[in-house]
Amino acid sequence: MTPKIQLIGVKKRFGNKVVLDGVDLTIEPKTSLVIIGGSGTGKSVTIKSILGIIRPDEGTILVDGEDITHIGGAARDKVMKKFGMLFQGAALFDSLPVWENVAFGLIQGRGMARKPARDIAMEKLAKVGLASDVGDLFPVELSGGMQKRVGLARAIAADPEIIFFDEPTTGLDPIMADVINDLIVSTVKDVGATALSITHDMVSSRKISDNIAMLYGGRIIWTGPTAEIDRSGNPYVEQFIHGRADGPIKMAVKA
Amino acid sequence: MNPFAPIGRAVLTVLAHIGRLAIFTGRSVAAIFAPPIYGRLIGRQMMSIGYYSLPVVGLTALCIGAVLALQIYLGGNRYGAEAIVPQIVVLGITRELGPVIAGLMVAGRVAAAIAAEIGTMKVTEQIDALTTLATNPIKYLVVPRLVAAVIVMPLLTLIGDTIGVYGGYLVATENLGFTGSTYLKNTVDFATHQDIISGLIKAAVFGFIVALMGCYNGFNSKGGAQGVGNATTNAVVSSSILILAADFILTAILFHTS
Repeated sequence: MTPKIQLIGVKKRFGNKVVLDGVDLTIEPKTSLVIIGGSGTGKSVTIKSILGIIRPDEGTILVDGEDITHIGGAARDKVMKKFGMLFQGAALFDSLPVWENVAFGLIQGRGMARKPARDIAMEKLAKVGLASDVGDLFPVELSGGMQKRVGLARAIAADPEIIFFDEPTTGLDPIMADVINDLIVSTVKDVGATALSITHDMVSSRKISDNIAMLYGGRIIWTGPTAEIDRSGNPYVEQFIHGRADGPIKMAVKA
Repeated sequence: MNPFAPIGRAVLTVLAHIGRLAIFTGRSVAAIFAPPIYGRLIGRQMMSIGYYSLPVVGLTALCIGAVLALQIYLGGNRYGAEAIVPQIVVLGITRELGPVIAGLMVAGRVAAAIAAEIGTMKVTEQIDALTTLATNPIKYLVVPRLVAAVIVMPLLTLIGDTIGVYGGYLVATENLGFTGSTYLKNTVDFATHQDIISGLIKAAVFGFIVALMGCYNGFNSKGGAQGVGNATTNAVVSSSILILAADFILTAILFHTS
C-alpha cells in the first residue's frame, strides 16, 4: 500500500542553523503518528514543510505517492484540500464569527454556498461539544479550550484525509487537555483520517498515537508503535519520555 | 575587521529587500487576474479604505486649498498678480496637492491598518491557517486591498480636489475680495481635462503603493507585538516615501515637454 505521507531525506537550514538534517518518515493511511521532541528540534518545520509553507532545501515529500515538494499555485491548492490542521494557538480568524471560521475552508476553499456551509459548521461544532449559539460568537469571546475546539471543528469541517495537530494540548489545564485528546481520537476515527501530531506532552502522545517518532538533532532517531516506546532501548528516547535533566540530551542554556 | 564589510552588508540587505518586494508585487499582480474573484471582500475594503478616509481627506483638502489661496494672493501681491489666485489654486490642487495629500493621508491611515492587521494574522499563524484551508493568502488578503485601493483613491482624490478648490474659494471670497462668480468662472475656464486626469492617474498609483506596502510589511512581520509595531511603522514610512518619489516620476512622464 502506498504510504499516505512519506518524507525522504528532507533537509532545511535557516542561515547557518541546520534545523532538519535528513528527515525520513513514513505514515501509513488511517494511522496516527506523533512526532515527539524538545523545543526547537524542528517539529514545526517538519509540518510546515509538508504543508508547503516552508520550502525544504533538499529531499522529497510524497502525499499519496505524489511528489509535492516543489508544487505551487493551483496544484498546491488542490493538494491542500486533503489537509486539515489544528494550530497551537488555534489561529482562528478574529474578524469572522465562529461558524464562518469553521465553514471557511468550505466557502473560500471549495466555493460552497454560505447556507449549507453554515449547516455543516454547526454540525461540526456539535461534534466537538459546542452548543450552536457559540457559532455566532467571535473567537475573542471564547476561552482557550473552546478556541481549541473551534480550531478542531475547522480542521475537520471539510472531512480531510489528513489532519495535523500542532501541540494540541499546550497551554490547557490537564482536564481540558484530556478532553481535547479524546476529541482528537474520536474525530480522527470518525472522519477516517490519517493524523500527524507534534507535541512534547507524553500523556497526550500516548493517548492519540498509533506510532511515535522522536526527532532529535534534525533527524528521526527512533520510530515504532506506541506500545513499544517504553522498551525503545534508546537513551535519548528514555530521557525524553521520563523527563530527566541528566542524559545524552543536553539542553542549551545559552542560545 | 574589514572596513568594507558593513557597507557590503547594508547593500546586500537593501538588494534583498528590493528583490523580495519585487517577487511579492509580481505574485500579487498575477493573483489579481486569477480566479476566483472575491467581490464581497473588495467591497468591504473599498468601504474601509475609501469611505472611512473621506473625513480626513476632505478636511486636509479644505485646509490646503485655503492656505494655497492665501499664499498665492500674498505672493502674487508683490508684483500685482493677485487675480491669478483661482487659476493657480485649481492647478495646484488637481495636478499635485489633491492626489499627494490624499495619498499621504491614506498612507497614514490605511497602510498602517493593513500592516497591523496582516502582521497580527502572520504572528498568530492565521496566514498559515489560510493555506491549510486551501485558500491562497495573497489572493484572499492582498488582492482585495490592492484592487479596492486602486479604485477608490481616484474617487477620493476627485472629492478632495473639489473640496480643495472650495477651500480656496471660501478664503478668496470671504477675505480677499473676490466675487464668487468670477472666481468659479476663472477656475472652470482655466482647468483642463489633463490637469484633472493626470491627478487621478497619480492617485490610482498611490493607492496601489499604499495597499502594497501595507500588505508587504504585514506579511514580513516577525516576532510578536514589537514585530507588528515595526511592520506598521515601515508600512507608513515606505509608502509615504514611495508616493513622493512616484509623484516626481509620474509628473515627469505625464507632462514631459517634447
